[in-house]
Amino acid sequence: MEVGQMQRRLVDYTKTLFMEGFLDAQFLQLQQLQDESNPDFVVEVVSLFFDDSEKLLNDLSMALDQPNVDFKKVDAHVHQLKGSSSSIGAQRVKNACIAFRNFCEEQNIDATLRCLQQVKHEYYLVKNKLETLLRLEQQIVAAGGSIPATEMGF
Amino acid sequence: MNSSSGKTYMSTSNSSAGWKAGDAAADQFPVGLRVLVVDDDPTCLMILEKMLRTCLYEVTKCNRAETALSMLRENKSGFDVVISDVHMPDMDGFKLLEHIGLEMDLPVIMMSADDGKHVVMKGVTHGACDYLIKPVRIEALKNIWQHVVRKRKNEWKDFEQSGSVEEGDRQLKQSEEADYSSSANEGNWKSSKRRKDDEDETDDRDDTSSLKKPRVVWSVELHQQFVAAVNQLGIDKAVPKKILELMNVPGLTRENVASHLQKYRLYLRRLSGVSQHPSNLNNSFMSPQEATFGPLSSLNGLDLQTLAATGQLPAQSLVTLQAAGLGRPTGKSGIPMPLVDQRNIFSFENPKLRFGDGQQHVNNNKQMNLLHGIPTTMEPKQLAGLHHGAQSMGNMNMQVASHGSQSSQNNPLLMQMAQPQVRGQMLNDTSLGHPPRLLSPMGQPILSNGIAANVSTRNGIQENIRAPSYNPVSQTSSMLNFPMNHAAELPGNSFPLGSTPGISSLTPKVAFQEDVNSDIKGSVGFLPSYDIFNDLNQHKPQNWELQNVGMTLDASQHSNSLQGNLNHAQSVLVQQGFPSGQVNGQNRSATVVSKAMFSSGDSTGHVNVQNGNQHLNSLLVDSTVRIKSETPTILYPDDFGQEDLMSALLKQQDAIAPAEHEFDFDGYSLDNIPV
Repeated sequence: MEVGQMQRRLVDYTKTLFMEGFLDAQFLQLQQLQDESNPDFVVEVVSLFFDDSEKLLNDLSMALDQPNVDFKKVDAHVHQLKGSSSSIGAQRVKNACIAFRNFCEEQNIDATLRCLQQVKHEYYLVKNKLETLLRLEQQIVAAGGSIPATEMGF
Repeated sequence: MNSSSGKTYMSTSNSSAGWKAGDAAADQFPVGLRVLVVDDDPTCLMILEKMLRTCLYEVTKCNRAETALSMLRENKSGFDVVISDVHMPDMDGFKLLEHIGLEMDLPVIMMSADDGKHVVMKGVTHGACDYLIKPVRIEALKNIWQHVVRKRKNEWKDFEQSGSVEEGDRQLKQSEEADYSSSANEGNWKSSKRRKDDEDETDDRDDTSSLKKPRVVWSVELHQQFVAAVNQLGIDKAVPKKILELMNVPGLTRENVASHLQKYRLYLRRLSGVSQHPSNLNNSFMSPQEATFGPLSSLNGLDLQTLAATGQLPAQSLVTLQAAGLGRPTGKSGIPMPLVDQRNIFSFENPKLRFGDGQQHVNNNKQMNLLHGIPTTMEPKQLAGLHHGAQSMGNMNMQVASHGSQSSQNNPLLMQMAQPQVRGQMLNDTSLGHPPRLLSPMGQPILSNGIAANVSTRNGIQENIRAPSYNPVSQTSSMLNFPMNHAAELPGNSFPLGSTPGISSLTPKVAFQEDVNSDIKGSVGFLPSYDIFNDLNQHKPQNWELQNVGMTLDASQHSNSLQGNLNHAQSVLVQQGFPSGQVNGQNRSATVVSKAMFSSGDSTGHVNVQNGNQHLNSLLVDSTVRIKSETPTILYPDDFGQEDLMSALLKQQDAIAPAEHEFDFDGYSLDNIPV
């Protein structure tokens, strides 16, 4: 695939992600922060997000698996995940976290378990999408092209 | 640390090239601002670091509060500003904030994904100079340098105001410049301060006058000595002079002690819970604010200081106020409350300006005051007040002013609502100016009103409250419920707060006001009032103008306080404005409001009141929400001279008399307001 084609694909793909709510404007901010002095900024941050989130999700699973669930702790983890996902621009994950926190307040075990599943689901989805997106970018750069800036026309 | 005379903010190690030359450094400010970022979330930390670097700041990141604290302790003057997350595993962000405030006195910005009112309020009461909501945008970080400048400026003011006549030769102002130009001196000064066992205060003064304002570093030992002295004297009797004598620390000045005492009192209040708000509100209101929020102090400066000294408003009250303002629709059930609140709020002075205004008016026109800030919320009362407003439009102005511009009566301060830095965005020195004014004058009168500030405060407060500055407001009216919050329903809520995320916290406040109004139903409240107003209105184009003005005033007031919130304010104003505009009888308020707006509007420029009667009409009809989108309000103030407005209003009043009844404001005179 030649560079132009790849670039178009990337642009379309990115747009879809925004349209579908996987990513929001905050992700654009990250992209804008990337420059020559930091050409891999987005990749680095996203990787950091993945590592951190997986750790949090593990902690969450463990915390909810206890006989006596410590909702405060669960809430703290979810809050953290909410913060990092919103900083990255992972909108759906963030929204799932918000719902999760509400149920934590109610101390509803069943609901929170469901929320956890939901958050995990959204997380894996966005992880997948981001990896695809970053891979596309990599391919373009490897082929000598430059990454087109995302325009939020919509 | 570079010993170059340059700015204090020069980086210690790799200062940017510009730092070498002192002069050059000054010009480049805020480039090179030394920021310490603390957050346990590695993703956020990395993003923040990158953003700050992009702003050309010098960033040090840290993922644990303990580490941050020790870094700060080792290098007291190595940083200019600290940004810290609220929720951290090893230490609560607020605790860190307190430590920094007491020991190093650096401006601290809190941030969190949590935008709940309580948390933001906590930030305010604990002394944060701003509160950012995650995800943080780079725009929000670009302006953080203002907190550094503001703090320095206020420190100078503290000195001045604490009545250090002797300090006269200090020439704080100059020292301020010296600040930037002589970090080296500062360092020297500090060290000399420490080792002056034999130097007496006079010497210090001499030194200080030549040096930039020396900043006393309150080490743990020093603080303990201070606390011991305070306890010995009794917290009520602890005056700076006596404390100073008891401490017997060479080189320590009365001013140092005074400002530290302010902070300490605030801290104590915070600890003891909000129970005290109502009492202190008025007085304390101002003071805590000052200590905490730079902006506030600047506003009233004098007033606040006094207030602060007198008794720091119970943090709680402020909190309450703020909370109220923030948007807790507390249940304003009765309109009277809003009115009351407003009054109280106004007393607080600045940010609360809105409140203050209300207060003042309240005194005069019970109703009038309320109108200011809250035209919307105040509703019935206000309207009633307006009627009663015979007192004079002046009062109204005051009230209106409370919105922010209270130009006429209250204080120019009001307009300044310089909201405490709370929102970097908001307060950015813009219009907020109004609020401050209110504080001073208002403070006094307001106390008398002491009405459940809730009502009034909400209106005014909401706007004002946005910024931490609101605290004062809360104080005045423990009840204040902060109009801000109450406005839950108000369309204003929508405050599109264009402001950055940081402001988001503030916006809610604005919304509250609106909400309040809705609660008030039938009162001026934004929503309900509209109905009434619509009916009443005869809207003549003229009225519209006035109304618009009023609206803008309201908005402006709100906006004033929030500055950053401008967006909010605008929306809020619009909404608010309506009520005032609508009511024919209210015209008075409108004028008043408009006046207020002018003042506030100027600053914030917010009054989104999109001119055009139509606009108002539509606004009125629709929920205030509309207003939001309009944010870039149009300030009418320019168009209408106060006198014109007043006369117009008066004319209308005659015509509208009957309208008033529609509102059922009968009971609204402030006196009647069941607080």
